[in-house]
Amino acid sequence: MSNDWPLYEVFIRSRSGLEHKHVGSLHAADATMAVEHARDVYTRRQEGVSIWVVRSSDIVASDPNDADALFEPARDKVYRHPTFYAIPDEVKNL
Amino acid sequence: MYTQGLDSLGKECVHTVASDTAALEARFQGKVDADEKIEPKDWMPEAYRQTLIRQISQHAHSEIVGMLPEGNWIARAPTLRRKAVLIAKVQDEGGHGMYLYSAAETLGIEREQMQEQLLAGTAKYSSIFNYPTLTWADIGAIGWLVDGAAIMNQIPICRCSYGPYARAMVRICKEESFHQRQGFEIMLALARGTPEQQAMAQDALNRWWWPSIMMFGPSDTESKHTAQSMRWKIKRFTNDELRQKFIDITAPQAKFLGLHIPDPQLAWDEATQHFRFGQIDWSEFHAVLKGNGPCNRERLEARRSAHENGRWVREAAAAHAEKQRARAQRAA
Repeated sequence: MSNDWPLYEVFIRSRSGLEHKHVGSLHAADATMAVEHARDVYTRRQEGVSIWVVRSSDIVASDPNDADALFEPARDKVYRHPTFYAIPDEVKNL
Repeated sequence: MYTQGLDSLGKECVHTVASDTAALEARFQGKVDADEKIEPKDWMPEAYRQTLIRQISQHAHSEIVGMLPEGNWIARAPTLRRKAVLIAKVQDEGGHGMYLYSAAETLGIEREQMQEQLLAGTAKYSSIFNYPTLTWADIGAIGWLVDGAAIMNQIPICRCSYGPYARAMVRICKEESFHQRQGFEIMLALARGTPEQQAMAQDALNRWWWPSIMMFGPSDTESKHTAQSMRWKIKRFTNDELRQKFIDITAPQAKFLGLHIPDPQLAWDEATQHFRFGQIDWSEFHAVLKGNGPCNRERLEARRSAHENGRWVREAAAAHAEKQRARAQRAA
């Protein structure tokens, strides 16, 4: 492992119809090698039908310290949930 | 998610005021107590970070070094099926090392630093891998006992407080169970075989039993890190608890095999519903940890040669990638 092998984050789609999920990271010389290594490290038991690799330095993450402020807008909008609405029992298909 | 700025997280913490730190620690401990996960960019006590870096990197090193004693028998496996299975197991161990290095890197340590620590001999790895594999039966004993003990240790860690480590352990535990079955199946075939095969199986058990139960670490009274690790939910059960559980589960398996565990004091205690067992020779454990086990030097030498001999491949790959990148840029 030399300094020249950057870190890639790996995302795997396990089955057609599902989304790619983050499974971990690995070092590779380039994107092609990263995909091949991801195949060897993360899909030995047929856990994947598709692989995405992204340079870790390209990932932008929200800061947990800002989580309260960042997610505040949704906190008082409980009316976005269906359970907020009282519908009489006799009404069907609502 | 992980960004390259992770190594600066620790430095930010230095600037916080004492009262801020107390509040941050209280919030951190509250999350841990509530069984919430700590993720890479969350605030954490520096000691928590360092303990995890140490534990996860040592765990990763153990997987990589663990490939060596078993790799030793790939060329001499008795059948094609056993060879293919052993290759798959060793490949898994390499993969497990990768998951764990990846988890450790989320805490701000670089892969190269961990590599250097291992090759310089400053990082520890599990004592068990400093023993030689002398016969094919050793491969069976390792799968049955060593992977068995590892599973016992690893399942609770699936619920540890640090997200990336817990998730890596879930993945590892899924794969580990074939390892143990593979080993037991070998022992079963030998135990049901010729007198020579039975003797070989018994001999392997004689040599691997005590080192395997030492894998759980020192007795609780001797273990310095346990209390803090349990408060931080890195460790969920004590060394002695796990060791007892392992012995209770494994003794009946040995009986089924018709093999004899080399402990004259091993006996079922009806009152406690556990197996009593003999005194562990901790001087051997400490000698091996210090670097004086049968294979410590050999293992490190093997890792160093592999690293040195592979240097031209790593450099060539990096040079090739750079050339492709420059070429693409000129064409653009």
